[in-house]
Order: sequence, then C-alpha cells, then structure tokens
Amino acid sequence: MPPNLHEILGLLPQATLETIYMTFASTFLACLLGLPLGIYLFVTSPAGLRPQSAVYNILSRLVNLFRSFPFIILMILLMPLSRLLIHTSIGPAAVVIPLSISAAPFVARVVEAALEEVDKGCLLAAQAMGSTDWQIVRKVLLPEALPALVSGLALTIITIIGYTAMAGAIGGGGLGDLAIRFGYYRFRQDITLAAVVVILILVESVQLGGTLFSRSLLNKR
Amino acid sequence: MLRLEKISKQYASLQVVDKISLDVPPGNIFGIIGRSGAGKSTLLRLMNLLEKPDSGAMYLGERRVDTLSGRELLLERRKMGMIFQNFNLFSSRNVADNVAYPLEIAGLPRRQIDLRVGELLELTQISDKRRARLRELSGGQKQRVAIARALAAEPQILFCDEATSALDPQTTRSILSLIKNLQKFLQITVVVVTHQMEVIRAICEQVAVLEDGHVAESGAVKNVFARPKSSAARELLHAA
Repeated sequence: MPPNLHEILGLLPQATLETIYMTFASTFLACLLGLPLGIYLFVTSPAGLRPQSAVYNILSRLVNLFRSFPFIILMILLMPLSRLLIHTSIGPAAVVIPLSISAAPFVARVVEAALEEVDKGCLLAAQAMGSTDWQIVRKVLLPEALPALVSGLALTIITIIGYTAMAGAIGGGGLGDLAIRFGYYRFRQDITLAAVVVILILVESVQLGGTLFSRSLLNKR
Repeated sequence: MLRLEKISKQYASLQVVDKISLDVPPGNIFGIIGRSGAGKSTLLRLMNLLEKPDSGAMYLGERRVDTLSGRELLLERRKMGMIFQNFNLFSSRNVADNVAYPLEIAGLPRRQIDLRVGELLELTQISDKRRARLRELSGGQKQRVAIARALAAEPQILFCDEATSALDPQTTRSILSLIKNLQKFLQITVVVVTHQMEVIRAICEQVAVLEDGHVAESGAVKNVFARPKSSAARELLHAA
C-alpha cells in the first residue's frame, strides 16, 4: 500500500464518525426546535387553522433573519453559548449547539412548507367534525404531511452535513476540519479529495434513503 | 330543527349572505339551490358553525348556537355531519380509519370504535372495502366512506355540500338514493346544497332558492317547481 493511502485511511474513519455524530445530533436538536416552530408558523399563517397575522409576521421575520445570516458568522456568534452549556467551544460536541440553532429556522420553514401542501379540504372536514386544533395537528396535519416531512428531513440532514464541513473552519472536527487542516494548510489535495468523496457518499445515501422512504410512504396510501 | 333568523355575513365590502331566514324542519331533506356566487358555500359554513355571522341568530333545536365558542362550539359541531364534493377523506388513513376519526376525537375506546365502524360501513354498503386504501376506490365508493364518516358520531343533521357534483349520473343516483334511505332509516335531518335541479327533484321535500345572498323563494319542492315565482327559480328550471 502506498504511504499516502495508508495515511488517508488512518485519518478518514475518525473524521467521518465525527461528521456523522455532528450531523445526527444537530439534526435531532434542530428538529426538536424547528418542528414545533414550523407547526406554529403554519397554524398562525393566513391560510392556517388559527390565523394570527401579528404573531405570524414577527415569527416569520425572525426566522428569515436567522436564515439570512451567513452560517459561519452565526456559528462564531453562538460559540459562547457552547462554552456556557458544555464548557468548551472546540470539538464536535461544541459545534452541535450552534449547528442545531442555525438549522432550526431552516427546519421550521421545511415543516411549514410540508404542512401547506396538505389538502385544505381535509382540514375543513376535520374542523367541521369538531376537532380541537391539537387533534388536527396530531391526527390529520402531521400524518397527511408525513411523506413531505420525510423528504424535508433528508434535505435538512444534507444541509447540516454542509454546515458541519464549514464548522471545520473553527475547529469543529470532522471531514471539513480534515480538508482544511491537511488539504488546505498543508497542500494535501489528496486528503481534500478523499474528504470530499466521503461527504459526497454521505449526501447521496441520505438523499437516496429519504427519497425511497418517502416514496414507500406514498405507495402505502 | 335548524332555524336561521336574519343571518348576515359580509366579506370585505361584499354582502355575501344578506338577512337570510330559514326554518329547516326535523326529519326531512331540505334543499338549498343557487348558482355559483349566490352565497351557498358561505351559508353552509355559517350553518355548520365554521363561520360566525355578523348579525342574526341561529338555533339548533332549542339551543342558540351562533354565539357558542371554545369547547361548546366543538361539541356542537360534532352533532353535525358533513360530506363534500371532493370527499375530503384523509389519505393517510384507510377506509376504516377514516370512518373511525370522529369517534377517536370524541374519545371512544378502540373496541367500541371498531364495532361502530363495522356498522357504519354496513349501513353505507361498503363493508367489503373496510381495509382498502383510498386510491383503490372509485368516486362513488369514496362518497360512501365519507357518508359513513359523517354519520359516525350520530349527528342530528347531515350537510351535503355539492356531494354529487363530481360524480357521473349513475353514481349520483345511487348516492342520492343512499342519502334518502339513510335519512328515513336514521330519522335525521339532511340539508342538501347544490346547483343541480335534478338533485333537489330527486330527494328534497322542501327547497330554498338563493340569489345574491338572499332567499328568492322557498317552499315545497313540487310547488316551487310547478309555479316558480322568482326569476332565479325560473332560470334554474330552464337550465335543467
């Protein structure tokens, strides 16, 4: 085995695991924040169950504000929060907190868009039958939107994989970190290439998995 | 059964429903007919308590219902069934689970729900599709499922919103005769909203003709059809 390949194979597994860890932990937390926010956005939207234009406009602007922030800057701004919560601002675990907070508004929009796709006639029927808002959300909106939510989840994971690569720039670990520290600072294009290939494989498998799962849900209907 | 007193509803500056008074007698099929834009949909949304009128009063039985809110409003809505032109069934649920929905939200135990769903599918003659997915059903079969769902919570009144407008003539006839039989069998009140004269002729005993947000004329179907007094009724008769 050539020495280069040996070295790369030694570095990749650790970095890949870190990326996977950051991605899934951040996705989980981002959904925990973004799902309720997205549901609330839809419910208060003009076409929602309980339109409240003032609340909706404020929340919507706030979400836009967070989303228009360049991720890398938002992350630097949120680093003190990591220090406060888990007493470090370096490494994969520290990056999870800014990552999830940055991704939450994205998740909220994805959820809102998925719920908007639900047939308005179904909502009308559920309302006419005397459902509470919570019953409509739980028993009609979320189940009806499930295939779109699954596609949205895949999209979220892919976006977060992209973010984790950027997190490498501020010492977050993972494949992005590898590409920057070795590939960029030490002119090792072969390591950059290897990191990119692994990221590509991750993105493709999430996309494929998401599409297949979403399609199988639709086929059950 | 259902009484409207000078009900009005305005959207922006448009008077969609203008001081409508109606008396829907119990145990009867009552028709409301009008061209599109006559205010039928709004009137229906007011009657099934999805909208609040700007003025006027509405009574279900002896109880005033237009002023209800919160929990009481939801409970009153549960006494009303509704079917739609586009069926509005839940695609994430199969046939049986669609019919089970109103029972679930009312908090019935699972075993009781299963029994009741069986009865309802029997009643609407669609028992063989109990476990079927919605896309395996024809339009007429979907409307039968929707009727079963609408009747699940034993409503006192059933609203039909253009319920046969998306169906072919033969299926329309079978759905109309099902509605008529169920009305007799269950002794409920049915309100049929439509733009089709044939529907009124086929199942209604009384009819109100709507035009520009008010009742142009109303009465027994045979009288209104034999001697229409309003131009709106004459036009609808000619169109049919």
